[in-house]
Amino acid sequence: MAEVPLLEARGVSKRFGAVQALYNVDLTLHPGEVLGLVGDNGAGKSTLIKAIAGTYHPDEGEFFFEGRPVRIRSPRDSADLGIEVVYQDLALCDNLTVVQNMFLGREEVNRFHALSEAHMQRRAEETMESLAVTTLSSVKQTVARLSGGQRQSVAVAKAVMWNSKAVILDEPTAALGVAQTRQVLDLVRRLADHGLGVIVISHNLHDLFEVVDRFLVLRLGQSVARFDRDKTSQQEVVEAITAGTLSHVPGQSELEEVVTQ
Amino acid sequence: MTAASSAAGVDAADISPRGRRLSFSAGLTNWTQNVRAGEIGSLPVALGLAVIAFIFQIQNDRFLSSQNLTNLLVQMAAVATISTGVVFVLLLGEIDLSVGAMSGVAGITAARLLIPDGNQVNVVIALAVAGAIALAVGATHGFFVAKLGVPSLIVTLATLFIGQGVILAIAGQQGLIRIQDKTIIGIANVFLTDGWGWLLAAAMVLGYAALVISADRTTLAQGLTAQSTASMLAKISLVAVMAFGTVAITNSDRGFPLVAVILAVMIIFWTFVAERTRFGRHLYAVGGNAEAANRAGINVDRIRIAGFMIASFMAAAGGIVLASRLRSVDNSAGGGNLLLNAIAAAVIGGTSLFGGRGRISSAVQGALVIASVESGMGLLGWPSDRKFIVTGAILLLAVTIDTLSRRTRQTQGRA
Ligand SMILES: Nc1ncnc2c1ncn2[C@@H]1O[C@H](COP(=O)(O)OP(=O)(O)O)[C@@H](O)[C@H]1O
Ligand SMILES: [Mg+2]
Repeated sequence: MAEVPLLEARGVSKRFGAVQALYNVDLTLHPGEVLGLVGDNGAGKSTLIKAIAGTYHPDEGEFFFEGRPVRIRSPRDSADLGIEVVYQDLALCDNLTVVQNMFLGREEVNRFHALSEAHMQRRAEETMESLAVTTLSSVKQTVARLSGGQRQSVAVAKAVMWNSKAVILDEPTAALGVAQTRQVLDLVRRLADHGLGVIVISHNLHDLFEVVDRFLVLRLGQSVARFDRDKTSQQEVVEAITAGTLSHVPGQSELEEVVTQ
Repeated sequence: MTAASSAAGVDAADISPRGRRLSFSAGLTNWTQNVRAGEIGSLPVALGLAVIAFIFQIQNDRFLSSQNLTNLLVQMAAVATISTGVVFVLLLGEIDLSVGAMSGVAGITAARLLIPDGNQVNVVIALAVAGAIALAVGATHGFFVAKLGVPSLIVTLATLFIGQGVILAIAGQQGLIRIQDKTIIGIANVFLTDGWGWLLAAAMVLGYAALVISADRTTLAQGLTAQSTASMLAKISLVAVMAFGTVAITNSDRGFPLVAVILAVMIIFWTFVAERTRFGRHLYAVGGNAEAANRAGINVDRIRIAGFMIASFMAAAGGIVLASRLRSVDNSAGGGNLLLNAIAAAVIGGTSLFGGRGRISSAVQGALVIASVESGMGLLGWPSDRKFIVTGAILLLAVTIDTLSRRTRQTQGRA
């Protein structure tokens, strides 16, 4: 692809004590594409996105955003760049409404420092509309009353309404049934169609094949393979996940098999 | 321009100019659905008050007399004030067991500073000192809970004892300080003239109507669905009936109590803080899911500390109100069932013990229930033992309703 990548990570390494969670990982994400990040448990997927999100500080590696080198030292830094992460546990407040959750921490106020409820509600409704989220009857209902798929939609909408350019979803369909998984996959596709770059972590290759453009395979903390969705098969991806070729990690005579949790 | 609206291909200016109105019946249906889903609001309190009034009025027809109802307003003021602060800590999912003791400390401190022995201070300074002590105590609670992670139950249990010690120390040998300051005494013992009472009711209704109408205009201007005109009128009429009704009742006795005006102002102010400011929104968020609040960039520790400071401050305010009504403060100040009543009031009014759910007005609603029951039992000449049992039973009922409606909400969510 000729265009400048939206997000690029080069040579990212991260060690937790004796565990080399990431070693020399490269990742490229283009605007308008969905990248599937796959790998076995403990492969380093979560660690990689936390490094991109500024939650973890990698020992080595550099990041580029829209071609410029950037420093990501805190979640604030990555949010300022336009990177939003939707974690598996979603982090929604059950007692608050959909609008209140979407604006949490970034509420709009009028000149009397009073919350501009109506304006926030309109923006929330617009976002839902632009993402074609039609399963919500009202953005004024509390999140406690929503189904799993609806919650996921709210979390995604919350992430994209802040001028975000890249959205990272950690296992967005793990807890969902068939119909709700469908909703979320459609939503992921629409984000990319709006020009955002999307990274999706999932164990469900079948789902991923429906929605991603490319795959990045991690194994034991290393990036072992990259595939275009159209030029690969589930079988090939599975093989890379379980037996991709590893490079030698300096300082480790032999790679201990990482016990999966 | 934001991602959302540009993605939708519309600009703020050219969104549909006027929203629509919900029909009255559709609004009613929504409300019924919310109640079924466990969002019961003021319903149990309204029903409870009706039952209480019915039962006691049958037994003793002085219960609904204007004199007794005016007394009720004065009697509930202290508990309602303290309970307003309790709502804030409950919203955080925390508890403050020291509010009774704190109210006593504030009362006795102000009383001590105002003893006319030649060294007395100006009443404003006395009140400021009491308030400052309360804020410091609240900040200490918040520090222990938020920064050190000590459970609020234990921290505030400790300060409850410390507070009782301080009260004993200040009360000294005599054990009682009489209050002679006119300002303090005035708080709970001044009643408005009839004219001022009516004016107040009118201002209240007009103010409420203005709020409702301006909110309605903004809603429509944003192109959103507004409530029906009928439901707007119904709400305003309800407030009008309550405001003018209360003034009519109190005016046929001694007049509208000043302390009720003070209480109303505090409730309106704290309701604004809780429901219309970013701080209030963050408070609910921390109580609902502290981790989510944290990830949203909210300074969770700061919110917790502020909540405890408000609780202690309102406890102090309640202590002053109580001192005013009793015209003295003794070494048992802030003891007895004051703490239980203050917490019970918030819970009876519908504020959840599980955090994140409730309203400031629940303090008044619950305090009204408790004061009604106590007043009714007093009129019937019931002994203290039975009063305690009844109050305890009501608290148990309120907590059970809270727990059950919470469960209903949870099962609904997983549907
Ligand atoms: N905070 C941490 N402290 C210590 N080890 C960690 C930490 N986070 C991750 N790891 C380790 O790093 C490796 C990669 O973990 P993770 O990124 O969560 O994998 P994945 O998300 O692909 O399942 C695992 O061996 C895990 O135990
Ligand atoms: Mg993981």
